[in-house]
Amino acid sequence: MAFTTSNSFYWKGFRDGSPFVLVAIPFGTLFGVLATEAGLDIVQTMTFTATVFAGAAQFTALQLLQEETPTLIVLASALAVNLRVAMYSAALTPYLGGAPLWQRAVAAYFVVDQSYACSTVQFEKEPDMTVPQRMAYFFGSISPIAPLWYLCTYLGAVLGTQIPDSWALDFALPITFLAMLGPMLRTLPHVIAALVAIVVALLTTAVPYNLGLLIAGCIGMMAGAQAEVMLERRKVQA
Amino acid sequence: MSSIDPTTMWIVIVGMAVGSFVLRFVFIGFVGDRAMPPWLLRHLRYTAVAILPALIAPLVVWPAATGGQPDLPRTSAATVALVVGLLTKNVIAAIFSGAATLYGLLYLIG
Repeated sequence: MAFTTSNSFYWKGFRDGSPFVLVAIPFGTLFGVLATEAGLDIVQTMTFTATVFAGAAQFTALQLLQEETPTLIVLASALAVNLRVAMYSAALTPYLGGAPLWQRAVAAYFVVDQSYACSTVQFEKEPDMTVPQRMAYFFGSISPIAPLWYLCTYLGAVLGTQIPDSWALDFALPITFLAMLGPMLRTLPHVIAALVAIVVALLTTAVPYNLGLLIAGCIGMMAGAQAEVMLERRKVQA
Repeated sequence: MSSIDPTTMWIVIVGMAVGSFVLRFVFIGFVGDRAMPPWLLRHLRYTAVAILPALIAPLVVWPAATGGQPDLPRTSAATVALVVGLLTKNVIAAIFSGAATLYGLLYLIG
């Protein structure tokens, strides 16, 4: 392995990633529970969680499948939820782009909110890190999270069928997503993007095949980007 | 709600596995160290904050569990989760406050 020389950075990444197990544990368990409630068997649930490795997109697909949405729309909507990992990939490219292709391919699979968040902070703070050291840090940051994510999904899937209706798990997804949304609303354009998306989503519920979600997502995204441009222009003029 | 057809499920699993990997690999793998157009990055910045609330909004306003009738425990729980997340920037705190609100009000109102 090329990382052995970068041992200390691996462990630094491991320490920085550790707090995020508090997200991975409940989120993984919840996915296992909801997948089982939706009728997926253990093999489907575990294959889903291990190959896709993106909680929010998995929840989206599950929700839309239960509403009998056509397969193509399910895929397009769930992948749209996952477009942000493309942004993370773009943001990490200047730091990790020099690594061997196989390492970049493995790293790509592990690009999630947590590894991105840890890595960009660290790489900006210590710009002198070598590419192998950065890779070591990146893999370190995901190491405490990934195994727990798989394990908790499995436990949730096993427990899933035993959970009574009175637990109101129907509302676990909205609460979790709204909780994630709060910290994301860092700037005015982010707030505008979210508000526009909500209004359009509520107005387009009658559009067939749940296409309203994609429409609302696109318009919200464009509103955010446009607001950013307008605010920057105003700043330049002032 | 209805049970999901296994063939459809497998198509979605394979499609999402491939699609998610391509999304993650596209820049780090193909682009390497070349620069990307600013307009593209600007739009990518707002995807998550647009699409997550768009998915959730109808579920909050017309919850499936109540047959599509807006109800106080769920609306309050949603509001609390969002506000606590905004104020504390702490996802876990927001989830627990939202869940506590939901269970508290479901217990009180029934």
